[in-house]
Parts: sequence; C-alpha cells; structure tokens
Amino acid sequence: MSDEPKLALEPVFGPGYEAMTHHTPHAVYLGLKVVETGPLFAVMMLPYRPEIVGDPVRKVVFGGAITTLLDHASGLCVACSLQVLEAIATIDLRVDYLRAAEPGRDLYARTECFRLTRTAAFVRGLAWDKDPSDPFATSIGAFMIGANPGGSPFNRFTA
Amino acid sequence: MNLVLEAIPYARFLGVEVEQRGERWLCVLPFRQEIIGNPRLPAIHGGVLGAFLELTAFLRLYAEAIDRPPKPINFTADYLRSAGPQTTYAEANIFKLGRRIATVHVVAWQDDPTKPVASGNAKFRL
Repeated sequence: MSDEPKLALEPVFGPGYEAMTHHTPHAVYLGLKVVETGPLFAVMMLPYRPEIVGDPVRKVVFGGAITTLLDHASGLCVACSLQVLEAIATIDLRVDYLRAAEPGRDLYARTECFRLTRTAAFVRGLAWDKDPSDPFATSIGAFMIGANPGGSPFNRFTA
Repeated sequence: MNLVLEAIPYARFLGVEVEQRGERWLCVLPFRQEIIGNPRLPAIHGGVLGAFLELTAFLRLYAEAIDRPPKPINFTADYLRSAGPQTTYAEANIFKLGRRIATVHVVAWQDDPTKPVASGNAKFRL
C-alpha cells in the first residue's frame, strides 16, 4: 500500500491522445502531440512540416519551434506533478542546441519535473529525432504554480 | 531584413513582420488566434514568445553583422508578464560580436515599451 498522495492527472497517465492539446490553439496550429504522460514526466512530438523550417537550404526546423515543443512539454509535466491542478506559467526557459535536428524527421521531447515547491516547479527536458540517447537539444526551466486565478486548462483531461 | 524574413518559412508561419522606425528595426508579431497558449486569459503561448525573441535575435545578427546564417548555441528567455491579445514588438541588440561567438540581447513588449513581456539572451556560432 502506497501512502503517496494521488496526482491530479493520474487517471489519464499512459499513452497520449489527440484531445490533450485541443485546449491550446497554438499547439493545434503547430501540430504538437502528446505521446505519453506519467508521474512527473511528459513526452511530446512535433511532426516535421516544411512550414516550420528555419533554414530553407538545410531544411532544418527553426530553433523557436523546438523551444515551443520543450516549453509546452515542460508545462505539461508540471501539470503531471500536481496533486491539485492550478494555472502554470513559464518563469524562464533555457534551450541548448547540441546539434542541428535532422531534416524531415518528427521531433520528440521528454520533460521531467525534478523539484516541486508550493509556488515553483523546476523542469529539465531532452529533445531527439532518432534516438533518445542522442539528443539534439536540452532544456531547463522554472515554472510558476498558481500563476493566475483562471485555473488549469488541463482540468479538461479529467472532466 | 524583409528579404531574409521572407526566406524563413517559420517566420511566415508565425506571421512575423519587420518594421523600420528611423534607425531602429523592430520585429512585429500581430495577434491571431493561432498563437494563443492559454485561451482563458487569453495569453500568447510562451513558446511563441520565445520563438519570436529567437527569430528577432537571429534576424538582427544575420542582416547586420555577418554574411551567412548564424547557428544557435543556446537561448534563454525570461517571461516577465502575461502577453495579452494584442500586437507584440521585439528589438534585438548585438551585445558582443566576437570572432566565433555572438551574444544578442532581445526584448519584447506590447503597448508600453517600458513594460516588457519577455526578454531573451541568444548565443550564436558565426
């Protein structure tokens, strides 16, 4: 028997599904998908498409789209860490571009909340194209919990 | 600068424009439904703001200082205020142009330039 308090999103942990991004217009526009969620982590995917390329010669996805993938996946993993869902806002985010992402490939990110306080969450992330052990980008970010009284859009997952 | 912008598919995807104000070049992100992150407030997606800052830093460096596309090393964004449903502006400043690395500072605001919504620090390999 575990005494661990239940996490709010526990009922939906497991493989992601289409509706998990529907409440965020930009996630829909960009085509972000939730691959998997679980306690303190999230995995998301950014499908390759020509519209998000930054360098038309090398066909490499623009860094900013990777920032969005990591930012969104980081926010989701914070939601996956809360016992009571609250609004989450990014305080800061750093992305290191270890190498160029391979053209034509869908991009994945796994984020993990490694420290949670009442007001802040600390998250690290890893992005890869072929092999999770060969990431092309890493991230680290701080997130505010209870950022606004609007509540959490992730409430819809459990409703 | 507009020619460089038009060559970047992702800049068109976000709808970013360039505006000249005297000696200054600003990047402009017109508000549209597709860039919303939190529809309840509503607020622009943090990733979009970060990407807009990165794009502004990249354009400034590429258009003014070097002759081939700079490669990003890393990027840090500070989110200072919620960005509401209105036009966002950004301006980049080449803080240090070295032989191999450039550091670019960038700031974004909406109606009041003294109340920035986000700021960023981008490093590029030249």
